[in-house]
Amino acid sequence: MTMLAGIGRSFLSFLAMMGAVSTFAGRAIFHAFAPPIYWRLLGKQLIAVGYFSLPVVGLTALFTGAVLARQIYIGTGRIGAESAVPTIVVFSITRELGPVIASLMVAGRVSAAMAAEIGTMRVSEQIDALQTLATNPFKYLVGPRVLATTLVLPALVLVGDVIGVMGGYFMATEMLGFSGSAYIRNTIDFLEVSDVVSGLVKAAAFGFLIALMGCFHGYRSQGGAQGVGRATTNAVVSSSILILAANYVITELLFAQ
Amino acid sequence: MTEISKISLRNLQKRFGEKVVLNGVDLDIAPGDSMVVIGSSGTGKSVMLKCILGLLRPDGGTIQLDGNDIGTLRQRERNALLRHVGMLFQGGALFDSLPVWENVSFGLLGAGGISRRDAKDHAIETLAKVELDAPTADLYPAELSGGMQKRVGLARAIAASPDIIFFDEPTTGLDPITADVINNLILERVQELGATTLTITHDMASVGKIASRVAMLHDGKIIWSGNASDIDRSDNPYLNQFIHGEAIGPMRPDVSTTMPKETY
Repeated sequence: MTMLAGIGRSFLSFLAMMGAVSTFAGRAIFHAFAPPIYWRLLGKQLIAVGYFSLPVVGLTALFTGAVLARQIYIGTGRIGAESAVPTIVVFSITRELGPVIASLMVAGRVSAAMAAEIGTMRVSEQIDALQTLATNPFKYLVGPRVLATTLVLPALVLVGDVIGVMGGYFMATEMLGFSGSAYIRNTIDFLEVSDVVSGLVKAAAFGFLIALMGCFHGYRSQGGAQGVGRATTNAVVSSSILILAANYVITELLFAQ
Repeated sequence: MTEISKISLRNLQKRFGEKVVLNGVDLDIAPGDSMVVIGSSGTGKSVMLKCILGLLRPDGGTIQLDGNDIGTLRQRERNALLRHVGMLFQGGALFDSLPVWENVSFGLLGAGGISRRDAKDHAIETLAKVELDAPTADLYPAELSGGMQKRVGLARAIAASPDIIFFDEPTTGLDPITADVINNLILERVQELGATTLTITHDMASVGKIASRVAMLHDGKIIWSGNASDIDRSDNPYLNQFIHGEAIGPMRPDVSTTMPKETY
């Protein structure tokens, strides 16, 4: 019986958590768009999330593109289809690897930072102070972060896509003996708009999840430094899992025949 | 009594799970009074203050500020009311992402209708009232000492010229001299504004300095209240134990209960 009770308890607390996340998400979306909007804070977040994530996104995309070209070259070599390398590289990067890898990197950077900052504000009573100064913490803290991350992730992914393809290009032309002009022609000729757009739609969804998890766990943190540490860990783990799960769902929604 | 009270609590109740923290608190504070609520750590002083500020939702009872029942106010009305209220937090609770002057003028900037330049000038004027000089305005809270943070917190609390100010343990964590300086500043600024204040503390030096009225909270109820001058003449054993700081008496410090925190 105790085991059943345990299962029931964890199931109920899971449902309670889902409810809390949904309510939080609803309030976050409302306050991201309902005026007044704190433009100054929005701008600050756009820079913090977008601009300062460029190096990490660019580097991961570069290496991923290079490795991808090498592996696809080996794989296609087994069936004598090496000429497909540019097409498969750009297809994989724009549809899957660009959005997923960039978002996972940003999740590690940004959702952790958000959880730590908002969590510290919670435990040091700064969020209470906001409320006593007649400022809605959702509007001031959560809204700008969620909006900025949702807007900026597609841009980051677009940059990542370009750099990733470039990584593949360097690998193919420098190490695998492809001709540069043929590689680029093959990349462009077989690329469809939907490949890129689907990746950007994913990026926006992942951006929303990253900021949502960072803010959610930070906002609910309690119990001093240890609580903030726990919030940070939970933010990174939950946003990473949600990114991968959402990637599956969105892919099915967009491409299942 | 209720008509003339600036702050009025009636049968205020709050529990966290099984633990009853406030068990029917009744408190009236007349305009211009400086009410100090004393009580041991963990008796619910902070919870009472958070209920009054609307940071926690009470389980029962009513809270009136200026005759408005805050439980029935809409968010917009409550924000309008809060603009006449100042609060000094125990740890300062300064926004560490903002420079000192933006902290001080935060309420004014939030209310709108003031340029950032004017807000900064106003912040510098307010900082002068807590004896901080103009260069401090551009520092960040992390660059300040504990005493300076308290001063900035006080400046933020008085910046909008509120007529109600709350002080949460204004002298906790400060050395006796700095504590006395802060008490003096509180006294001067409150008299200048003519504000009604509610302070919670367990620092008897603070009580002696700033209180006009004193109430003692124990076991979720107000067990004694009266004029500050009468505090030494009381025959209430709880009050006597507390003001003399004795381990032996009717109260035993909590050793086992940890106060569960509200989940937001």
